[in-house]
Amino acid sequence: MPNMTRRGWITVIVMALLAVLPPVFYLTGNAFYLDLATRLAILGIAAVSLNLVLGYGGLVSFGHAAFVGLGAYAVGIPAYHWLYYSTGDWAVSGLAQIPLAVGVTALFALLTGLVCLRTRGVYFIMITMAFAQMVYYLIVSIEEYGGDDGLVIDTRSELPLISLDDPLQLYGLAYVSLVIAMLLVRMIVNSRFGMVLQGAKGNEERMVTLGFNVYAYRLVAYVISGAMCGYAGALLGNFTTFISPEMMDWSRSGELMFMVILGGTATTIGPVLGAVVFIVIEEVLSSFTIYWHLPFGLMLMAVVLFARGGLTGLLSRTKGGKE
Amino acid sequence: MSAVLEIRSLNKSFGGIKATDDLSLSVEQGELHAIIGPNGAGKTTLISQLSGMQTPDSGAIRFRGRDITRMAAHKRAHLGITRSFQITSLIMQMSVLDNIALAVQAGEGHSFRFIRAARRVAALRDRAMALLERVGLADKADFPTVALSHGEHRNMEIAIALASNAELMLLDEPMAGLGTEESAQMVDLLRGIKGQQSILLIEHDMDAVFALADRISVLVYGHIIATGTPGEIRSNEAVQHAYLGEE
Repeated sequence: MPNMTRRGWITVIVMALLAVLPPVFYLTGNAFYLDLATRLAILGIAAVSLNLVLGYGGLVSFGHAAFVGLGAYAVGIPAYHWLYYSTGDWAVSGLAQIPLAVGVTALFALLTGLVCLRTRGVYFIMITMAFAQMVYYLIVSIEEYGGDDGLVIDTRSELPLISLDDPLQLYGLAYVSLVIAMLLVRMIVNSRFGMVLQGAKGNEERMVTLGFNVYAYRLVAYVISGAMCGYAGALLGNFTTFISPEMMDWSRSGELMFMVILGGTATTIGPVLGAVVFIVIEEVLSSFTIYWHLPFGLMLMAVVLFARGGLTGLLSRTKGGKE
Repeated sequence: MSAVLEIRSLNKSFGGIKATDDLSLSVEQGELHAIIGPNGAGKTTLISQLSGMQTPDSGAIRFRGRDITRMAAHKRAHLGITRSFQITSLIMQMSVLDNIALAVQAGEGHSFRFIRAARRVAALRDRAMALLERVGLADKADFPTVALSHGEHRNMEIAIALASNAELMLLDEPMAGLGTEESAQMVDLLRGIKGQQSILLIEHDMDAVFALADRISVLVYGHIIATGTPGEIRSNEAVQHAYLGEE
């Protein structure tokens, strides 16, 4: 790859480190780091999919945690029925649960997107958050599935060939999924569809005048993004084996936004870098103080004020060189 | 000659102000019809209603005999109406070529195509390059749009309007903010387009208007007070009183 940009190199290096380091730590007796990396990869998928609408589409969704949560419940609820109501074995099969997670979140994205995308700017932020909170309170109100207390997932998704009970294999699935998610978003944003999406972010009026039904393009992007987050949720449920409405709290949506903005919007690696930093800071700072959100917030402010391209922008800046 | 665009008794008010007042005019096939008028005469409001960004309170707009008064803006574009903006309206973050390629892409059916990279679609890139050559910007194709001068932005607007092969071009002050030399180039450019497409031109630059227009309508307080050939307008007393006298 002779003419790869600096940003391209950063992407390759970060992804290579993520492929090698966590398994090495695990095999040398540091299982904890593999755990962190698994969480990182899963949140990374969610951040990458949020980046599709936030970074490339300019649609600041403050409700993406709802998709993650719904995806997790799409694993947890069938597993619960399998355990207590002897529902057929299909209910714990990943081949049923994952399509269910993707399908439910795509549908939720379609229905809410139809309404949300009628609004702009701060109203869009508020209405996406409102829909997410509706799901949050809906789940809280369902006693059967644990309500406020959440639900323990007794049995992980059963998949052919691999076992998610093995931490290494679970990480492998999360990592490969993350890479595919990154490639998928990259392909979409460079396609004709993606050009329209980015054009509408830059100048909506122009795009409409050109004859693009901007609303329809944004809706499709929103559905793709939501469904990908749903998939991340299904993985998260398998990872934590405990799900609760707290996963959909608005502050979770905020954390996903932090990752995207901190890492660098509208870049392939940005959301992953953001997830790395988020996980590291959360671990390090939270061992010193429970008020770890404060320095985290200050850091985000610094990035927004002084490094508009996020960390990716900072790292790929060269003296007069190309990005 | 048949009318491409026909406007009948159009009205549009903002609060108590009548921006468009019982306005009627037509653009014939292949004609360059210019609209002049003092600041605040409602010229841009008129274009916005024609392109569908605003809805008239009453009256009718017909394009090739079809009523489009309340049709959505993006559908009008598909019918064959394109618009340039008075205030440059480009996608600043994208490259010059990307801007034009998007305009070409708009004319090639839907864009729900997810697989192939748009920048590798030769049909889009080649046609966009040809348009850039036509407006003299081929050497700036890979520049970020934001890095170009105001005059170059105006030329990009024309390239975008041309990209759609639209039957009717609505040009909102293409000379706005241009220097003398740039204006002369723009007049040449528009003269080259004239005749191939019907054009409704809104312009402040009197020299340009009188050099280019087949017919001129004079808009004052949202109402057309006169329509005629450049010669007729020049000698029209009401026009001289209302507008030309100020110059």
